[in-house]
Amino acid sequence: MKLIKFFAFIFIGLGVLSCAEDNDDATPFVPTNVTTPMTSVDFKLSNDFDGTLVDNTNFTTLTLTNENGEVLRAERIRYLISKLELTSVETGTVYKLKDYNLLDISDETTYNFTSDIQIPLGNYKLSMVWGFNEEDNVDGVYVDLNAASWGWPQGLGGGYHFLQFDGKYNVDTASPMPFNFHNGTAKNAAGEFEQNFVTFAFDTDILIAGNTEIELKMNIAELFRNPNTWDLNVLDTPLMPNYTAQKMMQQNVASVFSIGTISNN
Amino acid sequence: MKYWFIILSLSILVVSCSKDENETSEDAYEPIPFALQIPEVFQQKLPSPLIPVSNPLTNEGVALGKKLFFDRILSANNSLACVSCHAPQKAFSDDRVLSLGVNGQPGSRHSMPLFNLAWNLDEKFFWDGHKFSLELQALEPVTQANELGNISWEDVEEKLQNHPEYPNLFNRAFGTATITKELVVKAIAQFERTLISGNSKFDQFTLGQVSLSPQEQNGLDVFMDETRGDCFHCHGNPNNPLWTDNKFHNNGLDATFSDLGLGGVTGDSNDDGKFKSPSLRNLQYTAPYMHDGRFATLDEVIDHYSEGLVNSPTIDPLMKKVDQGGVQLSAQDRADLKAFLLTLSDPEFVNNPAFQNQ
Repeated sequence: MKLIKFFAFIFIGLGVLSCAEDNDDATPFVPTNVTTPMTSVDFKLSNDFDGTLVDNTNFTTLTLTNENGEVLRAERIRYLISKLELTSVETGTVYKLKDYNLLDISDETTYNFTSDIQIPLGNYKLSMVWGFNEEDNVDGVYVDLNAASWGWPQGLGGGYHFLQFDGKYNVDTASPMPFNFHNGTAKNAAGEFEQNFVTFAFDTDILIAGNTEIELKMNIAELFRNPNTWDLNVLDTPLMPNYTAQKMMQQNVASVFSIGTISNN
Repeated sequence: MKYWFIILSLSILVVSCSKDENETSEDAYEPIPFALQIPEVFQQKLPSPLIPVSNPLTNEGVALGKKLFFDRILSANNSLACVSCHAPQKAFSDDRVLSLGVNGQPGSRHSMPLFNLAWNLDEKFFWDGHKFSLELQALEPVTQANELGNISWEDVEEKLQNHPEYPNLFNRAFGTATITKELVVKAIAQFERTLISGNSKFDQFTLGQVSLSPQEQNGLDVFMDETRGDCFHCHGNPNNPLWTDNKFHNNGLDATFSDLGLGGVTGDSNDDGKFKSPSLRNLQYTAPYMHDGRFATLDEVIDHYSEGLVNSPTIDPLMKKVDQGGVQLSAQDRADLKAFLLTLSDPEFVNNPAFQNQ
């Protein structure tokens, strides 16, 4: 009887060992010093037209009126923001959270993204770039943007679009007309290319306390009014090679973004 | 009682150590991963091809898919195969306006060319995008009356099951000799994902191996110029060598729609008349053009965008100057644009022995 018990325990013991995970290659557990808690940061992009939410459920059906009085309807809205960085108020350290994000209003999965790195909890200020700055706006190097047909023609300086806003205006008349409000590198009369990005450095103090979500709000109506009141009857399409239109867009973009709700849940 | 405890413990141990029933048995054939050859231009410019984890490419799966693609056994009366409407020499399209099914009746849309499908990253297939994934796409033609015409997939499964070769081929590709429609379309999708076209004259130009003629270069400029052709917003550019955005547009063909296209799928009238932008690769082989094959020549296509646009409520805003009928290209620009477009054709692709029935 004791012999049976003995062999049973040996057998079970061997079995357990043979079934156990082989940890030979596992990283040994090394106690680490307790440091400042780290967290990733979520971003949420919200788009509106003077307070009317614009999203994938309604952007083709909303009738919008711009500052100049044209009644318009959107068909396609895509824009690129890049170089999202948080700068610590306490230490001045800059954390590069996300290289870029292409928002497509028809695809709600592009409204949200998470930082590529974790940062210490604390108080920060946010900065970002509309489109790509000159250093990053390198023709053809971003394969996902290439596949998304986001390129900007080499004849206009190459690189990538910053904005593609297509739609029709005068939709309250019998003769709606198309507009293609596209923004990217500007080509001047001398044939030189001028970078056309906008850097945003928000004054708002942002408390990162863990599980933080920062809402970035874009008021699309600002594209048509501040400081340049946009007359679509004059500037509808083509605008990409129109230097004046490109610089006016750059000026108007400067007021489209604001920081919305910051949540720490 | 003590014996009972020991037996129970041993039983649990044996069960916990035994192999999962779903695992391949030790003597099962293990298919060999397929080495997909990605063109250099694609490696430089595009994301990796989209290969589902649930259907990795294997030598055996691709070979089986090719055999099925060319085999008339998939049709109700053994008269047609996939290749009947997707011929290699036509870049896997059909030179008929509308392909004929087993009943001799035409389908409702022109046969789509098949290549670079693993880069259709949205995975919406057919002219109206109504099938999500290449596997689900391949399910449909087999039981369409105006295509392969089977009453049900069960009939096809039974024919394949009773075939002298197929059960073994499925066993080697998928580890089971039991043939199901799911495995049939997995194999076909594997073969279709190998249909890669990336060696056109323009690809060689991109790689610095050849030059464009002045006419072809001007054609590229027309293509990329928002004030002239403005083709690139829907049809790619030198950095998007797919030469399509794989999106859906109303390109001004009709004032009203007998075929709703995307609108028939979404139920949204704002999508009426929208169809997928086809790739501009291999236009030399894929006439006639458009979702209904209405244009017999490339000249007719260019003329349409230049002066033949028809307005409608859902026409894409990228269709400029619709009030004038189009972008009004000069005769020279039209000729040059055509010359450029033909540099996107890839004779190596249509003559690739791996894609022929041999």
